[in-house]
Amino acid sequence: MSFEPRALALSKLVTRNPKLPMKIVFPILVILTGVLLSYAMYMALSPNGAPTEQTMGMVQRIFYYHVPSAWTAFLLFFINLGASVYYLIRRCPTADILALVTAEVGVVFCTVVLVTGPIWARPVWGIWWTWDMRLTSTLVLWLIYVSYLFLRRFSSSGQTPVLAAALAVLGALCVPFVYFSIWFFRTQHPQPVMGNGGSIDPRMLHVLLLNWLAFSCFAFLVCWSRFRLEKLQREVDEAHAMRSLLDEPASPRSAR
Amino acid sequence: MTADPYLFAAYAATWIIHIAYLTTIVRRYARLKREIEELKK
Amino acid sequence: MNQPPAVHRTPALPDASQESSGRITRATLLKDLRLEWRSKDAINSMLFFSLLVVVVFSFSFDPSAEESRQIAGGLIWVAFLFAAVVALNQTWARELRNQVLDAYRVSPAPPNSLFVAKVLGNFIFVAVLEALMTPLFIMFYRLRSLGPAWQLLLVAAFGTWALVVNGTFFAAMSIRTRSREIMLPLLLFPISIPAILAMVQATSAILNGEGARFWIVLLATYDLVFTTGCLLLFETVLNAE
Repeated sequence: MSFEPRALALSKLVTRNPKLPMKIVFPILVILTGVLLSYAMYMALSPNGAPTEQTMGMVQRIFYYHVPSAWTAFLLFFINLGASVYYLIRRCPTADILALVTAEVGVVFCTVVLVTGPIWARPVWGIWWTWDMRLTSTLVLWLIYVSYLFLRRFSSSGQTPVLAAALAVLGALCVPFVYFSIWFFRTQHPQPVMGNGGSIDPRMLHVLLLNWLAFSCFAFLVCWSRFRLEKLQREVDEAHAMRSLLDEPASPRSAR
Repeated sequence: MTADPYLFAAYAATWIIHIAYLTTIVRRYARLKREIEELKK
Repeated sequence: MNQPPAVHRTPALPDASQESSGRITRATLLKDLRLEWRSKDAINSMLFFSLLVVVVFSFSFDPSAEESRQIAGGLIWVAFLFAAVVALNQTWARELRNQVLDAYRVSPAPPNSLFVAKVLGNFIFVAVLEALMTPLFIMFYRLRSLGPAWQLLLVAAFGTWALVVNGTFFAAMSIRTRSREIMLPLLLFPISIPAILAMVQATSAILNGEGARFWIVLLATYDLVFTTGCLLLFETVLNAE
């Protein structure tokens, strides 16, 4: 059977029902990501996947969740910077929504890093916190982006995108300083290093990258959902505003 | 897989945090849908 | 008579945007300083505040304990930090009361002159506070610097500038928010963390006679980068709707 009639039928179906790709694609991606995450978790937990580390034992497997979460968070904040700069230049509302979404999801992933870090440090070094590079930088990033989210919540809606974008740029400027100051601080006050230091077993690297891929896909889907929610929210807000402008009896607004 | 409590706690905490966030998204979405129904009336 | 009607010309107004930015900055700065000097309330309350901070710290961190003298650098800077936040909240509050910000936005004067003037004014204000608190700290904690004291001045200058330049910028931002008094420290502290670490480490190092060159260079670079960043972004923030 030739390909063309099928393609034609599919394109007709899509044009008649524009939401179709999303209705089909999103659930498919969810299932695929679920499978990927499960496989990655299996590989992280089973000695068949990642070999058990000699000194730390099973606890070291927290590494496969701790590190990819950090990398995903950094990636999301990087996208936030891009979206914020783009917004400052072009004032595009989509960029503003993207900035908000990546900041929120980034904070969630940072929280995971900050929770798994101490859970890992405690049995290994007997302390809950260590001024490790990754952990400390994540803490400062978490603080900066939480303050970003507070700014978004507390400023009046007209100015929020611009103010938030300016804060994001300054926050990003801060990152190299955070890195260097902690690096030097640690050379003066040596701290336990979380992670494998230098070389890493290739099987461990493989599982690490697998988990990073899985979490990145997961982050993408979460961002997509949050993006759709925010777009819908803004459309509803506009509808409410139009209503009150036209002086129709307004429906009771549900509390936010 | 040996039952290491810290390992379990770390993985559980990760998913609890993610599910909590997803729950807030789902709830807000449901609330918005209700608002849209009201607006349509 | 076919004479053209006399056209009434308005006399050309002095173009404020062509006045040098420097003059505008100086004028704004002098105005702020004069206002502060006239409202003795602010100065008196600041004086008392400095004393209170030092006394409270002395009760919280026992000055006679050897550990306290080790962390004196950190103590002083935390005290300065809180004094700076109080000062910063004050300076913009006055502008807001008289809707001066709106006037600035409408005037043709370049916004950067306004920003620089505010930063300089705040810097002087906070520097005065620090100058008041430092002798008290030295007295209560019996501080002695093992390293060169001029380096301490350098750290104080760079550190204060770092706090003030970011603080003035975030104060201008937080004016447009609800709960503006709490927004300023919420926004300022996270971004200032590298600078605070540098200030504290440098001060402790100098007091203990160790090298502080890395921290001083880091602070200077931080000042440069953030002054530039704030200058570039201030107009955008000022004109945000």
